[in-house]
Amino acid sequence: MTDLTPILTEFWDHPNSWTLETYEDKQGYQALRKALAMPAADLVQMTKDSGLRGRGGAGFPTGMKWGFLPPPDGGPRYLVVNADESEPGTCKDIPLMMAAPQFLIEGVAITSYAIGCNHAFIYLRGEVVHVYRRLLRAVEEAYAAGYLGKDILGTGFDLDVTVHAGAGAYICGEETALLDSLEGRRGQPRLKPPFPAVAGLYARPTVVNNVESIASIPPILSRGADWFADMGTEKSQGFGIFSLSGHVTRPGQYEAPLGITLRELVDMAGGIREGHRLKFWTPGGSSTPIFTDAHWDVPLDFESVAAAGSMLGTRALQIFDETVSVVRAVSRWTDFYAHESCGKCTPCREGTFWLKQIMTRLEHGQGTQEDIDKLVDICDNILGRSFCALGDGATSPITSAVQYFREEFGAGTSQPWWELFPPEKSVLFPVRAKETVSA
Amino acid sequence: MSENHGPLHVQTPLRASDEPYDPQTLADLVRDAELIVARYPQKRSALLPLLHLIQSVDGYVTGRGVTFCAEQLDLTEAEVSGVATFYTQYKRHPNGEYTVGVCTNTLCAVMGGDLIWDTVSEHLGIGHDETTEDGKVTLERVECNAACDYAPVVMANWEFFDNQTPESTVRLVEDLRAGKDVTPTRGATSVCSFKQMSRVLAGFSDGRADEGVGAGPASLEGLRIASGEQTYTRTAPAPAPEASKEQQS
Ligand SMILES: Cc1cc2nc3c(=O)[nH]c(=O)nc-3n(C[C@H](O)[C@H](O)[C@H](O)COP(=O)(O)O)c2cc1C
Ligand code: SF4
Ligand code: FES
Repeated sequence: MTDLTPILTEFWDHPNSWTLETYEDKQGYQALRKALAMPAADLVQMTKDSGLRGRGGAGFPTGMKWGFLPPPDGGPRYLVVNADESEPGTCKDIPLMMAAPQFLIEGVAITSYAIGCNHAFIYLRGEVVHVYRRLLRAVEEAYAAGYLGKDILGTGFDLDVTVHAGAGAYICGEETALLDSLEGRRGQPRLKPPFPAVAGLYARPTVVNNVESIASIPPILSRGADWFADMGTEKSQGFGIFSLSGHVTRPGQYEAPLGITLRELVDMAGGIREGHRLKFWTPGGSSTPIFTDAHWDVPLDFESVAAAGSMLGTRALQIFDETVSVVRAVSRWTDFYAHESCGKCTPCREGTFWLKQIMTRLEHGQGTQEDIDKLVDICDNILGRSFCALGDGATSPITSAVQYFREEFGAGTSQPWWELFPPEKSVLFPVRAKETVSA
Repeated sequence: MSENHGPLHVQTPLRASDEPYDPQTLADLVRDAELIVARYPQKRSALLPLLHLIQSVDGYVTGRGVTFCAEQLDLTEAEVSGVATFYTQYKRHPNGEYTVGVCTNTLCAVMGGDLIWDTVSEHLGIGHDETTEDGKVTLERVECNAACDYAPVVMANWEFFDNQTPESTVRLVEDLRAGKDVTPTRGATSVCSFKQMSRVLAGFSDGRADEGVGAGPASLEGLRIASGEQTYTRTAPAPAPEASKEQQS
């Protein structure tokens, strides 16, 4: 039995949750004071000891990433916060920055001090104007209070923070594409190595971390690495925000220790939509292989989800009940990957194009017998052969859906999905009789 | 958007407008560009915000805007165009006063986004990235906007309209066309124009950060459980299938 642990979400219900005043009332910036009195290396060690792993999808140990920076050479080093949140299903960083942006700003200040950075950047996706307003305001307030700027809290530490808005491109969430975009270029991934730790922004040592990773730093520092490490599972320590969407009674954000199960979360969310049952779900966004009702009790930690054949990703639990056509769902994700493929490498650029053609045929009931094998074959050619993880992600929904629902793909050779799964049955509002959904 | 743009939905080339900026507009642009460049260690980083700035003046990325960016940042026009065409928020033809985006990524589409799209597209008589004849509304299908717990989601000038229906979205576009104030569910108290919004995205605050809620209801569901305000029933986990088999043998 797992209980929720509201930490980053703790005061989101405060009427002025986003202001510096509210944050200071909740012990905000105490952690920064503590940090600035510590040697920077101790902060890196604390982060390693906490077991915090990146909350942006890949789960790389955060302290270890900071530790990869080469020793200071007198030149600039950068922290870049990845606030691009665009992985389908993922919806935790945006509400965090809307409701409590100061967690992130304090985390940026502490992390910058820990890694020897004097200019940090927050790269926010451009399609959320009010979140941009809140971040600009949060930074302004932090400067005015002396938490950012020159000689912070009289310690001699200087830090500037620039909040930068992107312009609509999923690939800019990939950390090296993000850096190219931040340098004013097309957002296309870079060859690794060199990793950003060695040659990142402006070819200087750079740490790229997710919003939630950085926002978790102040609580870890305030309450101790052990407090954090005691939560969660042995190798997936701490808490994280789980985002439930789709066919549950109360979709929303549930902050819990890693290792909680879908069953526990859906119970809290009031169950699957009344009168319906679970069919399939994503544990961590559309790029993570789908799960089914065989996976109710998989602990949602990095290891257990991987052992069950998927990835924890961003804890974006998109939940679909028995009214939903898996072919339709996967086809729409495939459209997304084909649209967002940056075009840099052939397997992904061409592969997603062909996947889309075939998925569209199957959606319309016009697929051929060979199409299913062809899909799997193309996925085989993309997976592991693409320049970045977007290509791999594009194959996840398809291969997993074929694995669990092959017969539904088979039906796509003779019947359009909307005959088998009338779309009116899936929608969340009452539908008048004359309305039907076109493909 | 009073001047006649001709057919609004045709992709016009990036260099469509070559009429020079008037001296005052140019002086303002130069001043703003300097402020943007000053935020970065290297000036090329200013390109994305500068393109948002161009849209805040011209309503889309014009030829003269491309030239301006190139001059400010010592880039070629081809380099600027190459960047401008990569990102979906940069418009290649005049945009309506309001961009209305219906999320049709899988989760929202299934929860009703497709039905909303069909209804509002038919209602307005326009398709993706097309603009109503009055120049008010540009309709777009948008990708997941990080609000899936509020599905189906509609964005108006990139403000959140959560938990929409076909009827509420038709009302939204009609109110926008009629010049009535509309209030996002999570955002400022009213929706500003595309140009004003673009200026914010260029990093110029409009002083509206304190408007609106901190969090919508879905963002608070976990908190309500944790505080005991919302109760729930726990169901028992299924016995692990392998384990039960082992017990039998
Ligand atoms: C196509 C693609 C999109 C991504 N989008 C995001 C994103 O929106 N936010 C994010 O934090 N990480 C995203 N990532 C992961 C980043 O590349 C990177 O691993 C992460 O920002 C590192 O931060 P963390 O270690 O704190 O998780 C994406 C990766 C890929 C391949
Ligand atoms: S995998 Fe796709 S997104 Fe990544 S570099 Fe290749 S084409 Fe671009
Ligand atoms: S799928 Fe519509 S907001 Fe995520």
